[in-house]
Amino acid sequence: MNAPLLEVSALSRSFGGIAAASELSLQVVHGEVHAIIGPNGAGKTTLVSLLAGELRPDSGSIRFCGETITAMPVHARAQRGLARTFQITSIFPEFSAVGNVAMAVQAHANHSFRFWRPVAADMALRQRALEVLQQVGLADAPDRNAGEMSHGEHRLLEMAMALATRPALLLLDEPAAGLGPEETTAMVAILRKLRQDKGILLVEHDMDVVFAIADRITVMVSGRAIATGSPQAIREDDNVRKAYLGEGLHESA
Amino acid sequence: MSSSTPQYLARHWPAFAGVLVLLAAPLAITYWDQPFYLDVLMRLMILAIAASSLNLILGYGGMISLGHSVYIGIGAYAVGIPAYYDQYSGVLQLLLALGGAGIFALVTGLICLRTRGAYFIMITLAFAQMMYFTFVSIEEYGGDDGLVIYARSDFGGLFDVENSIRLYYLVAACLLLTLLLVHRIVNSHFGMVIRGAKSNEPRMRAVGFPTFRYRLACYVISGMLCGLAGWLMGNFTGFISPEMMDWTRSGELIAMVILGGSGTLLGPTIGAAVFIGMETVLAEVTVYWHLYLGLLLILVAKFGRGGLGGLWQRIRGVR
Repeated sequence: MNAPLLEVSALSRSFGGIAAASELSLQVVHGEVHAIIGPNGAGKTTLVSLLAGELRPDSGSIRFCGETITAMPVHARAQRGLARTFQITSIFPEFSAVGNVAMAVQAHANHSFRFWRPVAADMALRQRALEVLQQVGLADAPDRNAGEMSHGEHRLLEMAMALATRPALLLLDEPAAGLGPEETTAMVAILRKLRQDKGILLVEHDMDVVFAIADRITVMVSGRAIATGSPQAIREDDNVRKAYLGEGLHESA
Repeated sequence: MSSSTPQYLARHWPAFAGVLVLLAAPLAITYWDQPFYLDVLMRLMILAIAASSLNLILGYGGMISLGHSVYIGIGAYAVGIPAYYDQYSGVLQLLLALGGAGIFALVTGLICLRTRGAYFIMITLAFAQMMYFTFVSIEEYGGDDGLVIYARSDFGGLFDVENSIRLYYLVAACLLLTLLLVHRIVNSHFGMVIRGAKSNEPRMRAVGFPTFRYRLACYVISGMLCGLAGWLMGNFTGFISPEMMDWTRSGELIAMVILGGSGTLLGPTIGAAVFIGMETVLAEVTVYWHLYLGLLLILVAKFGRGGLGGLWQRIRGVR
């Protein structure tokens, strides 16, 4: 088996006595979709924030591509190929769709202490941004103002901005949140294509999405990982049924 | 992407007309012998440089500094203090102005830029007031009363600014240079990082930008440009005092930026023109002319997104 892209060991973080993450350990290998599920308040978004670097853990360690990144700031992790999407859409609303993606491309193209030449003349930047928009199916109106796009398009734009950084590992925080059935199908198709050349850590509430694409699932409850295994094993795990899936499985299966 | 020259002229004619008026003004002023208006226009242009520099951080970068006039003071004292020791070298004074402003911006920026929102406003204000009271307490340089500068910067035989019309053209050249610089910066790769950080800084970091160092660089550039304005101001007024860096002066700069349109290239210049225009006309009538400025600001804040410059563009857009 591949050496893991991401290796999380005994990660803990609490907020005023409430453990949002407690002794969490998990791995993501290249080409794998590792889904994190769990009820609201289980600490899934906290985990994403810890991995992305917005939060520092109280203890434990994070290794990414063989390097310890536990204390590394957000931008340095992103530079090393760890990209994320946000649960609540986080874009540049005043910029065009292609401008949003170009920003992410620019972040990985040399330094930006370039003061004189207009960025609009940087055709390579725009070209690459258009390619990524194409990948997520937003290329038909690239110069539209991002603030005026629909929610579904915002979710895709989120994805495009993460992809534009050519990440080795994608942290996806509920990419399908608030999407309609057709949009969800489109999102699943995109995720399927992406998994081939990178690792994906997927936090998602929609069980259809999770069971459609996950290779491995970790179930979190109150900051703990109570089970990790294949989708089949998770479906059949008694602890999981008791703690969480009881209701969920009837709805989705 | 690029438009032809006639189209460009048609779209931007007010700006070109403005440049022509500024360049031709001394001729008319000399012809009708109204030197007062030469001073009015010089002050207008110097404040336009200062407001444009503030606009770079405030309008494009979302860094609302309430201490920006401190750089006018630094630039002006860079003329006044050497002059006190009979040092009139223009190169020395200019280097002191730019260097002093740059270093002050770098040191304070390292601290200010770790804060956001109201804290940023307060800490920039605090640093500016520290400088204000420092200069108030230095008796040697006149303290509260300030210093009279008996001669302007000396560039040898190269360029003699003792002649006010030459100083006028130097100020005009500095304004045009500032506008060109701001225009290039905000549309460059660097400018995208600054504007992106204003729009959504967590997102900028998430895609991999170390935003702090870019914002700091922007803060320093802005401070140095305002230092240039201060250097011109010292030469222009021939008098410096701590009052130049009082926080109410910073407030006026903010008013100019908002009035003309923050985050637009020419907004601050338009704002400075309106400010000086009102001051010149209304101050004749009433000492309370700031009241009318305030009313205008309220109207712009309420109805005029993009300031007066934006209003003008909308009027032209409708036609």
